[in-house]
Amino acid sequence: MSEPILQFEHVSKSFFGAMALTDITLAVRPGMVLGLVGENGAGKSTLMNILGGVIASDEGQIRLEGRLYSADSPAEATRAGIAFIHQELNLFSHLSILDNLFIDGFPRIGRTPLIHRREAVRRAKEALAAVNLSISPRTRVDRLTPGQKQLVEIAKALHGGAQIIIFDEPTTSLTSRETERLFALIERLRREGRTILYISHVLADVLRLADEIAVLRDGKVVRTGPRAEFDIDAMIAAMVGRQIDQLHPIRRGKPADKVLMSVAGVTEPGIVKDISFDLHEGEILGLFGLMGSGRTELGRILFGLDPFRSGTIDMCGQPRRRRTARRSIAAGMAFVTEDRREEGLLMEASVTENMALVALPNCRRNRVPGSLDRLTLRRSVDEMIASLKIKCVNPRTAAVKSLSGGNQQKTVIGKWLLGRPTVCILDEPTRGIDVGARYEVYSIINDLADRGNGLLCISSELEELVGICDSLLVMSKGRICGRFRRDEFDKERILAAAFEGHLERGPRGSSGASN
Amino acid sequence: MGSLRQGTLTAVLRNVPILMFAGTFVVFGLLAPRFLEYQSLENIAKQASYIGIIAVGETVVLLTAGIDLSVGSNMYVSAVAAGLLMERFAISPLPALLVCLTVGLLFGLFNAFAVTRLHIIPFVVTLATQFAGRGLGWMLSKSRAVTFPQSVTGLGAAELLGIPVPVVIFAVVVLLAWVVLTRTTLGRQIYAVGHGLEAARKAGVDTRRVQATAYIICGVLASLGGFVSVAQLGNVNSGFGQMVEFQAIAAAVLGGASLFGGIGNVFPGTVLGALLIQMVWAGLVATRTDLYLQPLIAAAIIFLAVLLDSVRNTVLARLGRHNIRVEE
Repeated sequence: MSEPILQFEHVSKSFFGAMALTDITLAVRPGMVLGLVGENGAGKSTLMNILGGVIASDEGQIRLEGRLYSADSPAEATRAGIAFIHQELNLFSHLSILDNLFIDGFPRIGRTPLIHRREAVRRAKEALAAVNLSISPRTRVDRLTPGQKQLVEIAKALHGGAQIIIFDEPTTSLTSRETERLFALIERLRREGRTILYISHVLADVLRLADEIAVLRDGKVVRTGPRAEFDIDAMIAAMVGRQIDQLHPIRRGKPADKVLMSVAGVTEPGIVKDISFDLHEGEILGLFGLMGSGRTELGRILFGLDPFRSGTIDMCGQPRRRRTARRSIAAGMAFVTEDRREEGLLMEASVTENMALVALPNCRRNRVPGSLDRLTLRRSVDEMIASLKIKCVNPRTAAVKSLSGGNQQKTVIGKWLLGRPTVCILDEPTRGIDVGARYEVYSIINDLADRGNGLLCISSELEELVGICDSLLVMSKGRICGRFRRDEFDKERILAAAFEGHLERGPRGSSGASN
Repeated sequence: MGSLRQGTLTAVLRNVPILMFAGTFVVFGLLAPRFLEYQSLENIAKQASYIGIIAVGETVVLLTAGIDLSVGSNMYVSAVAAGLLMERFAISPLPALLVCLTVGLLFGLFNAFAVTRLHIIPFVVTLATQFAGRGLGWMLSKSRAVTFPQSVTGLGAAELLGIPVPVVIFAVVVLLAWVVLTRTTLGRQIYAVGHGLEAARKAGVDTRRVQATAYIICGVLASLGGFVSVAQLGNVNSGFGQMVEFQAIAAAVLGGASLFGGIGNVFPGTVLGALLIQMVWAGLVATRTDLYLQPLIAAAIIFLAVLLDSVRNTVLARLGRHNIRVEE
């Protein structure tokens, strides 16, 4: 057995008195893929940020090829051969691939500070070829698909001579085809003798890729071992510390006949075409589609964020014209966006402030316009925090960004629930949150339906939609290509509908990147 | 068919600065043929050069997502310092220019220090140095006008191969800035820092050094612009350089620079912006527009250009969004 290339020895880290990592000891052998799993807040990201030089540890040490290693900055980690492919890609979207690859130092003409352009382009082409991306290095990054951007980031890491590559949730925004390609690339890198640290919530992927798996819980390594010792249930059991036999709450309620929202023939050229469906009282309606199928765009149109050319959207039997988000909220609609960091939350503000945003106008003192009854507001926010079980030290002072992903998502949902909506549109409600928190989010959705709300759940995870929905719409290329009731749910048929129209050309997301 | 129209629209929107420039030129040319005479055009170029030099420095700072409000005071103090030395000790123009640039450099260094080491917001730092610089200049000059000798003012009227010296200096500055921004690592890092400070840091860019360099370049160019301006005016009074920061920022923004950083260019962008502003003033004089109306009309044209820029960004974003699927 070869010497470990990387050793964590008794690494600890605390944030504001709360232990994020406790006495982590972990060895990684060269040329292997280590799968790192754990619930959000378990400390995976903290550990990787220490390795990547983003933050410093309080105690303990890291050895790299036997020598003591500590990086004060990401640049230092890069020089030591450690590359970090972040979840939110760190590329400059308005600059070219070339600029992105060489931003920390272009090849120069002799001793002058001038960039040797031809040399740079040549090396960039080499770097892109190493990840099978045949695209001009002068292309601006914002013209690339998420999958291509990720390949550029990997190309950058390899070009920088990285021996250890950290992937943090790399498949979140990839199409299935791009994911396959990424996995093939990871396999190749491993064969070339590079060491991969792979963090993901998609346990099946971890099981497929990893040679060894380490499970973190509450800042501690609770279990490590070769892949053969694990299956998905075992990983989940180790992550949550108890057996979870049920991933989704049992759906007891039944949708009523009353229609809450009726959508007929909604069309916006190039985005969605002829969308019609009814959302009933107490119904959880799933909306499934691949990347680029128009599912998120449809959600935005329904909520009034984007315009549409023709068709009608009726709320509670009343046709609505001149739609804006404000009017939609007034009509009883809520919209949990797919990107809570950018669109759903004020990350620096407290939980209370965030939750109060939507409900503010309802908390007037004695109906005086513009006044604010802080007591009522505070009380209702506190009730919501308790009922959603949001875990946080002090909701009035703790910034939302200090919360785990699951608690952040519950904060977004709580914010909308305070406005007492009748129709909720949830776009990727469980993106990037862990198994335990997922179950809680599903329970919240379930309760809302039982109380007579209509819910539209947009998701790219078929598993969760099949688990929680009463019925399912499948979108492909901007149209609805399939409608399924709960008793007709059949994953193969649903997937087939989602791929409709893609069979001859493949999902758009991956075109252009192929060679 | 629709795509052709869309293509035209995109092309028009991408070139808003050039079109504004051409449009203004034609309109004033039609209203006042005198405006198109060689002498008048030369004057525009000459007057645009000092604002242009300063605007180039301002563009560099704007690209890093910063702002420098102190350029006007900077040019005042550095010109006063150079002028007093020439008055009292009769030093020759070249050392005077060096003194002037050194004062500008110190200004830039201070701004850079406060922004990158003390972590004060650029807006506040440079607002403070704007006041401090004006006060320092008044103190040094006792608020009276400082006169520059003939040897300097001669330069303002001199020509090199038939081209006025101020224009030559402006051209050299633009060329250098263009090379630095597009052909050196530092230049690309300036764009990267403006795009995302944290992302640049993670990518291994020494962000403090890059930001500091931008403020220093801006400081030096502000004092150089001041010197070029005095060479044309002959003396420095207590209001010298006032409101120049706004003209410089306006020139950069008219040329397509974003106040949020990362977007913009010196050539053709800022050059066109500087020329456009000067052309509007010259055109208003040439058409004998009411003196009291002139600032309002100039403001309206600048407003229109910036409005078009904002419309452009919205429309381009919308066109980009449409591309999620090609309609058959």
